[in-house]
Amino acid sequence: MKRVYVPLALLIVLILFPLVVTDAYYQHLMILVLLWVAIGSGWNLISGYTGQVLFGAAAFFGVGAYTAALLLSKLDVSAWWGLPLGGLVAVLIAFPFGWICFRLRGPYFALATLALNEIFRHIATIWESLTEGMVGILVMQTFISKIPYYYIALALAAGSVIMIDVVTRSRLGYYFVSIREDQDAAESMGINTVYYKMISLCLSACVIGLAGALYTNYMGFIDPKVVFSLHDISIMAILVGIVGGVSTVYGPAMGAFIMVAIQEVFRSGGFGLLVKLGKATGWPVMATVTKYVSEAHVLSFGLLVIFVILYLPNGVVGDWSTLRKTLLFWKRETA
Amino acid sequence: MEVFLQTLVAGILKGGLYALIGIGMTLIMGVMGIINLAHGQMMMVAMYITYVFFHYIGLDPYATLLISMPSLFLLGVFIQMFLLNPLMKVESILPENQVLMTVGIGMVLTEIARFIFTSNYLSVKTSYSTAAIHIGGISFSVALMIAFIFACSLTVGLFVFLIKTDLGRSIRAVSQDGEAAEIMGINAEQIKIVTMGLGAALVAAAGSLLLPIYYLFPDIGGPFTRKAFVITILGGLGSTVGAIFGGVALGLAEAFGATYIGMDFEDMIGLILFLLVLIFIPGGFKRLTKV
Repeated sequence: MKRVYVPLALLIVLILFPLVVTDAYYQHLMILVLLWVAIGSGWNLISGYTGQVLFGAAAFFGVGAYTAALLLSKLDVSAWWGLPLGGLVAVLIAFPFGWICFRLRGPYFALATLALNEIFRHIATIWESLTEGMVGILVMQTFISKIPYYYIALALAAGSVIMIDVVTRSRLGYYFVSIREDQDAAESMGINTVYYKMISLCLSACVIGLAGALYTNYMGFIDPKVVFSLHDISIMAILVGIVGGVSTVYGPAMGAFIMVAIQEVFRSGGFGLLVKLGKATGWPVMATVTKYVSEAHVLSFGLLVIFVILYLPNGVVGDWSTLRKTLLFWKRETA
Repeated sequence: MEVFLQTLVAGILKGGLYALIGIGMTLIMGVMGIINLAHGQMMMVAMYITYVFFHYIGLDPYATLLISMPSLFLLGVFIQMFLLNPLMKVESILPENQVLMTVGIGMVLTEIARFIFTSNYLSVKTSYSTAAIHIGGISFSVALMIAFIFACSLTVGLFVFLIKTDLGRSIRAVSQDGEAAEIMGINAEQIKIVTMGLGAALVAAAGSLLLPIYYLFPDIGGPFTRKAFVITILGGLGSTVGAIFGGVALGLAEAFGATYIGMDFEDMIGLILFLLVLIFIPGGFKRLTKV
């Protein structure tokens, strides 16, 4: 019963969140968290459960985002149609890609996805007649309030977590894990590995593409540098998955929360705390510190990658038991 | 015809440098079984070292080879000893952790460079940076020629090292079969450390050689990392001969792409080549020749 009650309680809290917290800034952060829950879940399905590490989540994200934007700018159709279509187009990209690249194993598949990411970024940059190149595409936001976006993002995030939960507890999920653990053994047991890897990739791509389309509608502006970014999307997706917990249902949710918080702490200089501190103390040093901290967010990501891989390889959720033990032990020692 | 020949020459000369980058990558690949996604970033570090020595002391970029190569060797040794080797003992679900670790290292190196030197473009202007020799209407860039000659001699030196010396043989043994090599009494962990250092030193040489004809900014690592893995895939993973072939092939493809399709496509050519090789000759050049 605990399995149902805890997430349900969490969901209710999330539904009530924008009604209680009316500050647009925190609502914006929560929308980002929910967006990353969806992307992280998508990443987790193909990488965590199926073991085919996706280094190029931004390829699907960007394709979804551009689908929505192009619908508006070229066909004059509402960018909201991009939401269903973005997922579909991402799947259409994933399909031939998987067909070609699923013969590659381990790190080589990861590299191929990285190449896919780069190719799409170049295409979006070069093909100016279609995508406006580096100028980017502007999409007018439909709602002024953040609340509608919040609920759409919540639906997407909850949907993707439920999808992961359902898929991984079905027969399909066991096939995925068997492919991750030993592909040859899985093949010899009669599992069509390419077929199931394809299903996994298409589901992932669909979720990530949907998130991309929602991003366009919410942010109102996209350019190749943002939506096909290796650091800000692809690596972030991996971090969300790994920090939270690889191949756990709620890992990406946890990871999304932690990562968006970390990103924001650096970007805003500790939620503006450093600026206040600088004003209060009147030290000129604080201004420099603030400047450096806001510049250091990619550096912090890099250090986090190294730290997490070395000490927390299965994430906060995956290593929860050892983490709790360490923390308790530590407490006892200090007491 | 002249344009064609000119492109051919430019492609081959550039290919020599690419080969140097690729060999470092493929050595690491062979011994450790991982793709080092911080390769271009290591090159960036070497380029900054070269820049600093040129700018503040006035040392010739080619003379700094003697500084940049050993320093990067140490950096490689450090990374392998303290970051990659301990990772072997970490239990995790995903085996790609090491590749991810190199991505993290690359990010850290790039950002540290940005902290120190900011994002501005820097360049090293020497007397030979823009000089060229003309033979029969085709111009040969002096700096590229020197770089090409250095690259060739370093490659030859590496081959002699790998074939003749004990250490070189140990490296090849570990890359062919790690477990068997350990049974024969080779300390695989040490070999990995040396190899990482060696790979880093080679890419450092490429960086120092490239600087007089190129520009420098912190994000330059990324594109070169991608070039390096394209070269490695082209040549066949873990094959040093293949890496030379892959480097020249990539240099030619880029040069022809830039001349006949458009400058914008230079970076994309390599990636398309990469996917084509994956589709049609998954083993790369190595599979065709069995070298």
